[in-house]
Amino acid sequence: MELSYTVAVLIIPIVMFLFLGIVGVKLSKKTAGLLGTCAMGVTTLIAYASALTYFFGTSQGQIVDGVRQQLEVLDITWLQFTENLVIKLGILLDPISAMMLIVITTVSLMVHIYSLGYMDGEKGFQRYYAFLSLFTFSMLGLVVATNIFQMYIFWELVGVSSYLLIGFYYTLPAAVSASKKAFIVTRFADLGFLLGILILSFYTKTFDFVTLTSNPSAAITSAGGATFMGCSVMAWALTLIFMGGAGKSAMFPLHIWLPDAMEGPTPVSALIHAATMVVAGVYLVARLFPVYCLEEGTMTVITVIGCVTALYAAAVACVQSDIKRVLAFSTISQIAFMITSLGVARPELHEGVGYMASMFHLFTHAMFKALLFLCAGAIIHAVHSNEMSKMGGLRKYMPICNIAFLIGCLAISGIWPFAGFFSKDEILVAAYANSPVWGIWLSAVAGMTAFYMFRLYYKIFWWNNPDYGHHTPHEAPMTMTFPLIFLSLVSIVAGFVPFGDLVTWNRGVLHTQIVWAVAGTSTVIAVAAIALATVLYYKENPVPTKMADACRGLWTAAYKRFYMDELYQFITHKIIFACISRPIAWFDRRIIDGTFDLLANVTNSASYAVRKLQGGTIQGYVLVYILGAAILAAVSIICLI
Amino acid sequence: MEITMLMYLIPSLIMFGCGVYGFITRKNMIAILISLELMLNSVDINFTVFNRYLFPGQMEGMMFTLFAIGIAAAETALAIAIVINVFRAVKKVDIRELTKMKF
Repeated sequence: MELSYTVAVLIIPIVMFLFLGIVGVKLSKKTAGLLGTCAMGVTTLIAYASALTYFFGTSQGQIVDGVRQQLEVLDITWLQFTENLVIKLGILLDPISAMMLIVITTVSLMVHIYSLGYMDGEKGFQRYYAFLSLFTFSMLGLVVATNIFQMYIFWELVGVSSYLLIGFYYTLPAAVSASKKAFIVTRFADLGFLLGILILSFYTKTFDFVTLTSNPSAAITSAGGATFMGCSVMAWALTLIFMGGAGKSAMFPLHIWLPDAMEGPTPVSALIHAATMVVAGVYLVARLFPVYCLEEGTMTVITVIGCVTALYAAAVACVQSDIKRVLAFSTISQIAFMITSLGVARPELHEGVGYMASMFHLFTHAMFKALLFLCAGAIIHAVHSNEMSKMGGLRKYMPICNIAFLIGCLAISGIWPFAGFFSKDEILVAAYANSPVWGIWLSAVAGMTAFYMFRLYYKIFWWNNPDYGHHTPHEAPMTMTFPLIFLSLVSIVAGFVPFGDLVTWNRGVLHTQIVWAVAGTSTVIAVAAIALATVLYYKENPVPTKMADACRGLWTAAYKRFYMDELYQFITHKIIFACISRPIAWFDRRIIDGTFDLLANVTNSASYAVRKLQGGTIQGYVLVYILGAAILAAVSIICLI
Repeated sequence: MEITMLMYLIPSLIMFGCGVYGFITRKNMIAILISLELMLNSVDINFTVFNRYLFPGQMEGMMFTLFAIGIAAAETALAIAIVINVFRAVKKVDIRELTKMKF
């Protein structure tokens, strides 16, 4: 196969992970970091070559009747259990996986370079690079998966690498508990994913994405109208699979791990918890989109969850004081946009623009959110705090960071010509096409996005001029500013990528044009929200505090994330642990273990009591024997007489 | 006075009783061995006496006695060898103190 060299994008990172993981400590920190970055650079080049060849190559069989073909450039039978139950590993190139190759390798390379500066002098620098390689490998394996089982394997691998990287500062209790929380919550969601896979493949007799999506109606009807609790089995299967995606993509109510995951190093947040891993859920739904869009109920669930999450996360982001938390909630909100966009997409509505919009937003969001996180990293590096109250007036000290952050904010707010404008516009078009309710809802959330992003921007770079004392903040080193500049440029131009020609639900060409009725309205809303943020936060003033006091209850609830963590704490500890786990544990410890302990103890004490009988003293035995014989003799004599 | 069977059997019984008593009470291994021999010899006396008085025309009892004496000699040699080796190993012949192999 022509594109079979794509397999190198998996081999290089895993080899680098093993190499740095095993002999990394023998290398100097600088060597390990440069080695990891160079390997990532090579991977990026190969991924670009592969993706660009896929999109723009003209070789035979790549495009048939204006439809891009799905190319399985590698297909290995890994485990063959029976005729039907075969688990394969392979590489599937199609528009979304090729697009994801570009996104992942670009952001990963930027993070590798950035980390050379950011993580300089940290203990475990080599380990950090090893984990980054592991993550890159797993994420690339996830997107090129040819079948749902391979995807599940890599899905768990990204979960593990996320766990390892969140808990990178393993001496901090907060980081340890955050990594545990992330792992357990996503693992719980993955239980649904696994059940969904099993149900789906039980009826369709295949794991293969190409088979599933090339004939989706056969997949839906394969269950033969079987129902469970009033819904069709296929709807259950797809909803359960979506549950896995919702866990990874931090959708409400499984979002609780993502804000805590910010305890990890900031470049990791940029790579894993903003740009790549958290969009795995979106990717999963997009992967199975032809099947999903035949199941109306599941699509409604997806839309509602997406909309609720978008609003919820935006509301929380408006009042948070930790800059990484604001970005985390903004990430949740933006991913919810993508999910909603998939949920409202229908092939018959504007040629399925929602699918294209979702992938487009995934692409642009990865770039500008990585940019925002890396800027936040540079700021934290300079100020040594995550809290907004410790910042202010930084524009004088960090001009490059200031401009990069501003570009990121403009992009996420959806101001022309920045990337977010185009992708968010398409999402809104898709939402309005489905139902005006979702359209108006998302427009409102988009306005909130612009507001809280500019609140963040002004609080960091304007607001007041605190006395930084002898420790004046300064611009980050070159290794850190280069990724900022690069990603800023990408955030400016990414919107002009002709996504309609490249990534569509049927892999054909979709003719998009800016719908000015929607785009104009959303721009007006965004500008108004930015203006409001400017008025409120441009210079230090008491108005925001007064407004917070005016609706103290709402403000506190939002600040406490609407008590979702407390609710989880209550459900897990007070209900599940206290009412279910503790009785079960008691039963296990007292009844099950107790029975066997009793047996052992009785045997033990009985043996202890009679152990003197076998003292090993022959003379004692003889005495007993003689006495016994005498007694028997006496008894027999008496009986005879 | 005619010598009856009982005149042989009573000393034999006393010998056997002494043997049993000595075997149970003595703590010296050599003394235990002597007690054992005492019991064996009393049994030998019984064999010959029963043969002499009850089956005068036959020789089975006598043969058994000779056989038992031979076995006893071999057994004593073996037992003495064990005792000597135990003494070499632990410098003791008191049976109460030979607890080295005990768990």
